[in-house]
Formats: sequence, structure tokens, C-alpha cells
Amino acid sequence: MKYLDEYRDAAAAHTLARELARITTRPWTLMEVCGGQTHAILKFGLNELLPSGVELIHGPGCPVCVTPLELIDKAIEIASRPEVIFCSFGDMLRVPGSGTDLLSVKAAGGDVRIVYSPLDTLKIAQQHPDRQVVFFGVGFETTAPATAMAVYQAARQGLSNFSLLVSHVLVPPALEALLRSPGCRVQGFLAAGHVCAIMGCEQYQPIAARYHVPIVVAGFEPLDILQAVFLCIEQLEHGRAEVQNQYSRVVRTEGNRPAQQLVNEVFQVVPRQWRGLGEIPASGLGLRPGYAAFDAERKFGLGDKKVAEPADCLSGLVLQGKLTPHECPAFGGRCTPEHPLGATMVSSEGACAAYYRYRRVDAGACA
Amino acid sequence: MCLAVPGRITRISGQDPLLRTGKVDFGGVLKEANLAYVPEAQVGDYVIVHVGFAISRLDEDEATKVFEYLRSIGELAEWEPAPGPPPARPKPESAPQVSHGSESKGRGR
Repeated sequence: MKYLDEYRDAAAAHTLARELARITTRPWTLMEVCGGQTHAILKFGLNELLPSGVELIHGPGCPVCVTPLELIDKAIEIASRPEVIFCSFGDMLRVPGSGTDLLSVKAAGGDVRIVYSPLDTLKIAQQHPDRQVVFFGVGFETTAPATAMAVYQAARQGLSNFSLLVSHVLVPPALEALLRSPGCRVQGFLAAGHVCAIMGCEQYQPIAARYHVPIVVAGFEPLDILQAVFLCIEQLEHGRAEVQNQYSRVVRTEGNRPAQQLVNEVFQVVPRQWRGLGEIPASGLGLRPGYAAFDAERKFGLGDKKVAEPADCLSGLVLQGKLTPHECPAFGGRCTPEHPLGATMVSSEGACAAYYRYRRVDAGACA
Repeated sequence: MCLAVPGRITRISGQDPLLRTGKVDFGGVLKEANLAYVPEAQVGDYVIVHVGFAISRLDEDEATKVFEYLRSIGELAEWEPAPGPPPARPKPESAPQVSHGSESKGRGR
């Protein structure tokens, strides 16, 4: 397909790798933020093309993975009600809550449906005026405009049987939390290209300056990632710490203004719990008071409750880049995609799932 | 979760700017996408689609930059911009696995 295949050209990838080796004089540790990039790196073996000493560590950019346990439990509680049709992206269904998961709720007779777009949920709400239709709004800045549009349209149409369980999170505050955490090894970031397609690049400039880290907005194909690594290391080798846009065919400096406007209309910035990282101030989106009628937590009277993360799942360390998935004692044994202990093994963008899928030989050797 | 796939708009319908919808061709798979966030997009344009929404229009000039760089260092002298698959080249032994997108098409969100 155009705009995909040409960025997978093996000869061009090797040329970039050679250029990278030419400019690299010492070890560097970079973090790719987005789980989609993690999967591309492992699928195409890009980490094996890097000069020795250049390490890519995997970031927290998998929204399914960072959704806290208490929110999964709330989703399960809502989805178990007989009057509810619970709609979600497919990735969330097998994420274990503290007792069960959404797929088991469905198996037990709950009306849990997988949707492709949040707008599909509105159609379901229109078709079932006697039922409460709830959408599980999970995702980063990339997905927030789609959820915002569903809420905005529901308000416009006066759909009173639609509501949203919100779990939207924001990338820049998480990067700052990682950079502030003790033992942080990250010297440069590959920022998540599709997040920046919405938000632009400007938010990253204060972070690059304050922590003196280069931040390169990167795409998702092999040539994108290799070129972004090249640009990041070029900056490091010259002592620079700037924001650069490798993914300029998709990302504009100012981002997508119409999308930002609708997100700001519907949502406000709120503190949010991240699995593995804890509560991060101003790191999530919640509905504005004008849209509170669409807040599922309010509609179903769910209070705050704290749930402890399971002790045998080390996904919190994986999400911070402090542990490689196959270093976890449960990896590939007690924890597999069929029987996951944590979300990083479930999601198609989770680092543990990527290692399980593409690094089975290593996994066997390390188990 | 942030997976978004490029496709070409083949048809546009809807008067309401918030409900403007495009029929988008992803390498032969046709799907509808909301175009509210790319008001400038026209039939024939490539857009990046995420959970049923076009979130960006692809900039064709910017898309060739990595290849211009490769050409500037004397590589890929023969490289021609798309359409169509990349030119066949002998693969070095440790070449990265190059696959052709069936997974991307399936994981449409």
C-alpha cells in the first residue's frame, strides 16, 4: 500500500543503519514512547540493526496497559448490569480486573460489544432507547477527538441513554514523570507520531529544554523509526536537545486544530492514575461540567475505590522501561496472551505481548 | 491503540461539517471514515485514519523526505516515489523482515 510499503524497504533500512553506525561514538539509551513503535521494532528486528551500545527501551505508550485496575473493575461492574449495553475497543475485553474480565462478563450473559469507532456506540444507543449504552473511552490524545465527537453528537441529539466511562490519558505529563523518577536512564525520546498528529509538537519543547533530552516525533514504519533514532543520536552526539519532527508527512507543528477544539469543548484536564506510574497530576481528560450528564461513573453512582495491583505482575516496571518483559519471572510461563496476569501481555501494543509474539526463542532461553 | 492507517478518499458524502464522511480505500479494503477533523481533505487525498476518524491529511512533499536524504548520501539513486510497491532489491542476509501490510489492514484502529 502506498505510504506503507516504501517505508519498509530493506535496503534503505540497511543504509540508515550504516549511517547510524557512522555517527555513533558511544552508547545511548533512547525510549520509544508508543506501543505501536515497540511492536514495529520487534516485528522488523530493528533493534538488531542498531550499533552496539544503542539501546531502545520501551515506553508507557499503551493506553490499555496503563488503565488502572480500579477502572477495569468499574467497567466490569457497569457491564454486569442487565440494563446496560457496554461498548469497548476489543483490546480491553481480556484485561484482567481484580476478579474477572469483560470477556467473562460477556460469556456470563452480559451485553458487551466490541466497536470499531466510538460513533458506532451512538447508533446502538439510538437503536436501543430502552437500554443504557456505555462506551469505555480509553486512549491517548490520538483517540480523544473520536470520543469527544461521540459525546458532542450525543448532546446534540439529546441521547440520554448514552454515557462514557472515561480513561483518557495524556503523554507529556507521563514523560515528565518518567524523567523525574529515580534511576531514569532515558537520554532521548522517540515521541508518538499519531499523538502529535492531534496535539502537534509544541508541548514537547519545554520538556526537551527542562530535562535536556532530544525528542524526535516518529512514525511507525521501519524507515521512520530508524531515521528517528538517527536524528535523536545525531542530536545527542552534538549535545543538542531539541524537538524534531521525523513524521512530517502526517504531523504538523501546530497539530490538528479542529480536533483540539472539540476535545477542549468536551473534556478538561484532570489528574489520573496510571498503572505502574501512580497518580500523575494533569495527565488525563475528564468530562467538563456541561457534559456531566454523560459521565457513566456519575450515572451509575460508582464511588472511588482503591484496588491493589497484583503482586506477581511486574508490568509497572515494564511500563517504566525499568524491566524488559522476558526478565519477569512470570513471562511466558504463568503469564501468556491466553492467560495474562496483566494488560501488557493482553494488548496488541503491550511490550510483553510483543516480546511473546516476536521473541519466542529468547523467551524460551530466559524462562 | 494509536494505530492509524493511510488510505485514499474515493468518495465524500454529507453536508454537515461534523458528519462529513469519506469512503476510504486501504489497499483494496473500503471503509467509511469521518472527515470532520480534515475539512481540507478532498477526493483523491490520502488520510490517516484512526478509530473511524481521519486525523491528518498526508503531505506528499514531506513523504519523500527520507528518500531525498538517502539519495543525497548517494544511495537509492534509482528510487522513484510511489505509487506501487518499492523496487525489488537483493536483500542482505540479515535484512529486516519486510511484510506487506495484511496485519495493518486488519488492525484498523
